Amino acid sequence: MGKRVAITGVGMTHQSSSRPDVTGQELINEAVRMALDDAGMTRKDIDAIVIGNMDHFEGINYVDTWSVDGSGALNKPIMKLTTGGTTGTTVAMGAYYHVASGLFDKVLAIGWEKNSESDTTGAIITAFDPFWDRPVFAGAVAGLALEATGYMADTGATEEDAAYVAVRERKHALNNPYAHLHIDLTIDDIMGSPYLSWPVKMGDMCPRTDGACALIFSSEDVADSFPQVPAWILAVANRHLWAYTSDPYIDEKKEEGGGFPALEKASREVYDKVGITDPLEQFDVAELYIPFSFGGLRWMESLGFCERGGAPELVTSGATDMGGKCPVNPSGGVMSSNAIGATGLIRVAELAWQIQGRAEERQVPDVELALATGFGGCYWSDVLIMGKEKPGKS
Amino acid sequence: MEPVAIVGVGMTKIERERKADIFADLVFEATSKALDDAGMTIDQVDNVITVSNDFFDGRTISSMAIQDACGSYDKNVSTVEGDGTFGAFYALMRILSGSYGTTLVCAHHKGSESEMPLITNAMFDPIYERFLGIDSVASSALQARAYMDNYGVTEEQSALVSVKNHANAIKNPVAQLPLELTVEEVMASPYIADPIKLLDCSPISDGAAAVILASQERAKEISDKPVWVKGVGHCSGPYHLGDHDLYCVCALREAAKKAYSMAGIDDPNKDIDLVELYDAFSYMELMWLEGLGFCERGEAGKLTESGKTAMDGGLPVNASGGCLSGNPILVAGLNRIIECALQVRGDAGEHQVDGVSTAVAHGINGPNGQSSCVWILGGEK
Repeated sequence: MGKRVAITGVGMTHQSSSRPDVTGQELINEAVRMALDDAGMTRKDIDAIVIGNMDHFEGINYVDTWSVDGSGALNKPIMKLTTGGTTGTTVAMGAYYHVASGLFDKVLAIGWEKNSESDTTGAIITAFDPFWDRPVFAGAVAGLALEATGYMADTGATEEDAAYVAVRERKHALNNPYAHLHIDLTIDDIMGSPYLSWPVKMGDMCPRTDGACALIFSSEDVADSFPQVPAWILAVANRHLWAYTSDPYIDEKKEEGGGFPALEKASREVYDKVGITDPLEQFDVAELYIPFSFGGLRWMESLGFCERGGAPELVTSGATDMGGKCPVNPSGGVMSSNAIGATGLIRVAELAWQIQGRAEERQVPDVELALATGFGGCYWSDVLIMGKEKPGKS
Repeated sequence: MEPVAIVGVGMTKIERERKADIFADLVFEATSKALDDAGMTIDQVDNVITVSNDFFDGRTISSMAIQDACGSYDKNVSTVEGDGTFGAFYALMRILSGSYGTTLVCAHHKGSESEMPLITNAMFDPIYERFLGIDSVASSALQARAYMDNYGVTEEQSALVSVKNHANAIKNPVAQLPLELTVEEVMASPYIADPIKLLDCSPISDGAAAVILASQERAKEISDKPVWVKGVGHCSGPYHLGDHDLYCVCALREAAKKAYSMAGIDDPNKDIDLVELYDAFSYMELMWLEGLGFCERGEAGKLTESGKTAMDGGLPVNASGGCLSGNPILVAGLNRIIECALQVRGDAGEHQVDGVSTAVAHGINGPNGQSSCVWILGGEK
């Protein structure tokens, strides 16, 4: 019962601040064509499509039916999944379950966004309760800044520690032709960038990006029939525990220095399934949805890469740099490209390339086991483990 | 497909305005009813799929509004943006994957807080179509006119659907608009967009619904009256209104073909006892009956006149009163599934049809039913 699932085709657009040359459908189509070519397939070979973005960014209702000329879903099953920032990983999980169910053998997963057409902060504010939250919630940056101040107060982490993460992500992006930002930055550059919401500075935040990503998920019955080596999905899980902006401060482990319980719970579920007891040692590479630098510290602790408060030391030791024990975000991550609906799917796409040995300048050697996460409001967490070896039958 | 069953269902009453209730209140009511119906506690639910739409709710990440109310705390959860039939489809796949034994799927909608012309205008192409002022009523009017002109279907035949469904609603306690109407009254109601008149339209509604699906193993433990999923299929047609004949029901036919084939149904007229379909407008019931293969294309008007689709006609269609008698969008598809499940179980109360062993539920996404989802449910595996 349940088919094993692999990624057998990867496509994405070059991420960019603005793509006025294409409509949303054309942007989607660029990624879809690349994924189909990569898998040696045509539209006709696709059994079903899963698509995701955030409605209020582009102002298009029913993106599933709107997209058919770009997604290739004409006369095919298509379904839309949307969970906020996690949308891309949610779409990946949706495609995984489509195939695992045994109902479809070859499923196209699409995540996309044209943030150049959106009032991103305005749209994000509407994610929250109209009575209690919206009047006081100043958007994603301010919300994340609160987490950063809490983390600094609890652990003694510094703005410079966070800036290390910001620099690492941008350095990694220099090797990724698909990344949006190609800027060689220093810790001084980050520290000198203007404050958006203390302690979060311009250099600590992700950009707004136009981009699309498309992946082909295939069942074990057909996964070996494609030109590329299959990248297997070993486990998926998620949690969404909070719905109000004040919920994160009703933290179950506040007395222990705070945590990110949704990420802890979701990651432990997939770790248990795959047998991960020491993520830092066992994962060869990770692509984590880290939209701001402080998340690159605190969330490493929630993921179990180190003890609480240990992230500054772990990260500044270089363990998560290219060539380190477990490189994090060889792609440059979310802080180098953030086309929100595509962002989670790009994490999965980058890991597929890494597992297949096709990541070129940013290739991590001999990737066997890899970790991807998605992050969204209000602290929604998606976690996937991928690998080179076909998983055993569950 | 491994056997999967519906083991619990819950619907709020469909009302014009549930002013005192926020989305979470509606969802809590529906999910609590579904759990009670199944005799389960939330701890026995392995994972949750929620259904909502950011536009209708005026909220980005619209599922967040009901995340606590649906009981997904510390469970795997995801959100389908689309009709409830599609949400249930994802719920089904998560069980078939072997990862979960039970999935709860819930949907909510408050039409009373939605600006329908604006929100449905946003379904259309932003460059070429929106500026025409087109919305779901106007585009449906184009479709209805194309359908009627092509096949000679009449407005009176369409009106008959409205008369039938509103009359059926009289016996359904959750329906919003139980009405005793005549064809003359429907014909005399004001035109909203020619040929669609006020009484051809589904109302604006508030409501929520929830369904619990279970694997064969879990279904046996939970329920003594499981309703089995015998077939499913979904499919999208073309997007632009000018890309195809609007009376074409090709995508629905494709979705139905898949569902029938999975269920081993060769002749739906022989094997199906009851239909709950998405009649957002009265003419849609006629078109969807053709798409579902109950008659030749263009013949559904005559089929309705023959009385076959009436409660006692042999193939009751929308015995619940359908969307015409209450249309909380997105929820409405889940309600179609629930009504079929209740009929198969023999629990439909006053509007129970005798001897329903196999039923078809149908939902739509996008403009003019561009994308369709078809479910075949039955008492036997």
